[in-house]
Amino acid sequence: MTAPIATNQTILVVGGGISGLTAALEAAECGKQVILVEKTPALGGRTAQLYRYFPKMCHPTCGLEINLKRIKGNPNVKVMTMTEVTAVAGSRGDYAVTLKVSPRFVNESCTACGECAKAVQSEVADAFNYGLAKVKAAYLPHAMAYPQRYVIDPSIVGTAEGEAAKAACKYGAVDLGMKEETVQLNVGAVIWATGWRPFDANRIQPYGYDRYANVITSVEFERLADPHGPTGGKLLRPSDGKEAKNIAFIQCAGSRDENYLRHCSRICCMATLKQTQYVREACGDGGKSTVYYIDIRAIDRFEDFYQNVQKDATVSFVKSKVARIAENKDNGNPVLHGVDTEGYHRYAVEHDLVVLAVGMEPEVTGLREQGGLPADIIQDSSNFIEGSKDGGMFGAGAASSPLDVNRAVQSATAASLKAIQVIHKTASTEAA
Amino acid sequence: MTTANQNALAKYKNNFLKEVEANVEDGHWVKMCMQCGVCAGSCPLGPHWEHSPQKLFMMIRAGKREEVLGSDSMWMCTSCYNCIVRCPRKLPITHIMHGLANYAHRLDLAPKGQPTRDIAKLFWDNLAKTGRVNELKFSLAMYFKDGFGQGVKNAMAMQATGLGLLKAKRLNPMEIIGGHKCKDISGIKKMIAKAREIEDRRRGLA
Ligand SMILES: Cc1cc2nc3c(=O)[nH]c(=O)nc-3n(C[C@H](O)[C@H](O)[C@H](O)COP(=O)(O)OP(=O)(O)OC[C@H]3O[C@@H](n4cnc5c(N)ncnc54)[C@H](O)[C@@H]3O)c2cc1C
Ligand code: SF4
Ligand code: SF4
Repeated sequence: MTAPIATNQTILVVGGGISGLTAALEAAECGKQVILVEKTPALGGRTAQLYRYFPKMCHPTCGLEINLKRIKGNPNVKVMTMTEVTAVAGSRGDYAVTLKVSPRFVNESCTACGECAKAVQSEVADAFNYGLAKVKAAYLPHAMAYPQRYVIDPSIVGTAEGEAAKAACKYGAVDLGMKEETVQLNVGAVIWATGWRPFDANRIQPYGYDRYANVITSVEFERLADPHGPTGGKLLRPSDGKEAKNIAFIQCAGSRDENYLRHCSRICCMATLKQTQYVREACGDGGKSTVYYIDIRAIDRFEDFYQNVQKDATVSFVKSKVARIAENKDNGNPVLHGVDTEGYHRYAVEHDLVVLAVGMEPEVTGLREQGGLPADIIQDSSNFIEGSKDGGMFGAGAASSPLDVNRAVQSATAASLKAIQVIHKTASTEAA
Repeated sequence: MTTANQNALAKYKNNFLKEVEANVEDGHWVKMCMQCGVCAGSCPLGPHWEHSPQKLFMMIRAGKREEVLGSDSMWMCTSCYNCIVRCPRKLPITHIMHGLANYAHRLDLAPKGQPTRDIAKLFWDNLAKTGRVNELKFSLAMYFKDGFGQGVKNAMAMQATGLGLLKAKRLNPMEIIGGHKCKDISGIKKMIAKAREIEDRRRGLA
């Protein structure tokens, strides 16, 4: 690939989720040059993996589509996918950045016709569906992916299957000779919009996510509810494919816990309230959602959303952090054990399916140790990015704090404005 | 009512939380509890006690002094540490439980005849005499704590275990006459007395 031209007037945005898209667009639409790098093969981030989003219960497509359209139409933004930052040297106004670009094995000529996938039999875990399904080793990351371009998984490169994929492409888009590349750039400011990842539920041993098939995470539940997801939108439980009707939601799974994540992830109460409405949508009055919680934090103006869910007869609330989960071996039902705080009653309750409302952990957790995050970056005790000591790098969106989409976008706009100020300062010192 | 108890009542009036913070080991942690219930649900003995740690901590904050100090629950704690490991707020729950038991004991508000309390007393008296635990005398004292008749019954019931321990050389019959001790018994006794003096002064129990 050809490296984009960048100067110390350029803003680098790391991460192409809703926050990175917003930060890039705000700066580009003010006439600034922007390079947007994304480590996965497509833009959109974790928002694209939601079925619907609160508070309006719209589909993420609407919010993303308009942003992708703005990106396509703006020559000031250069998008680089499958790209990660490996080093940042220099300081505010004058950074030298090293990027690593992984091979996609498919070039710009791809029309997303899908012939390569038809020629391939091997399957790999489907990252978009959090591994709940498999995709062909030649795949489009998801229906809305931008760029709309297939990816060849490295596992079939150098095999007969790889050659078959290449032969199947009428446009000569499959290029199995692509190599990993290193790109050097000069930029004036950096926005880290690297987002979050779901907390590793395996670590919460008493909940048995690693042992019980019918204990899943909230991000997996989003995929189950999605008609484009692995179950076609049916809430089928993993152990036996039976429709789950009696569903438990466990709040603060990993969050607000000194043993795991210290912070309140802030969105998971709202995410669960939203997901109880997926149960209603799928099962009508026959569904049953039980929310186990320490306290419900319907942040900011969302109290009315909470009140409406409270009025729903299919949803009930138990004030208690579940102590442990066991499994009824006869029917695969998880059994929740604990003591409630409103009367201190001991309970042991069976449900068809348990959804762990896992916390948001900054995606950059552990990255500094691998050299992927500059030493100058300041992180809080939960690893969220506060900024840089030299004032030229900024955190945006869920990388800076556990935020919902609305607040992530506000945060990204603020970060963009700060980056523009750095560029202006650099320009005026150089002119003087 | 003991004078220590009267003094404590006068000093802390209705603020039992303050009293716990000042006098109970790790008592200052009690206010950090967020009432999530994980400790209550994680305790292997939980179903068998009246008051879980979660409940005791709420009772302390609600000023339920007599119920808390008179509770038999903290005496039931086996120090399995499940609650400490799982508490999201990292409260040293096990230590607080033992701290509460100890404080209730010192004020003589702990339940009379509570077996753990009785055994702890026997253990302490045994240890404090020579600076070493005399296991034979300790076992016998335990058997006979509820009278001679019951003691004989207990000893008979445990006969096989006792013989097994003898065979495995885990119990020395010669311990009945004196037994092993520290070199400097009076030194140990002085140390214990000093420690108690310091603790009593700190807690206002003198
Ligand atoms: C179960 C659940 C349900 C939710 N439901 C809602 C909802 O209904 N409504 C709502 O408003 N919010 C919801 N949220 C929150 C929402 O997902 C976040 O607000 C949103 O994803 C934040 O966007 P972001 O761009 O900041 O981060 P992300 O979406 O995480 O995007 C970050 C991007 O950066 C990329 N990246 C990461 N590291 C690097 C790197 N080193 N180099 C290059 N690229 C990198 C990632 O691949 C990703 O594309 C939910 C969250 C959860 C857990
Ligand atoms: S938002 Fe709710 S579920 Fe998430 S950490 Fe905070 S209190 Fe727990
Ligand atoms: S686990 Fe900790 S925070 Fe939760 S109720 Fe027990 S002591 Fe309180």
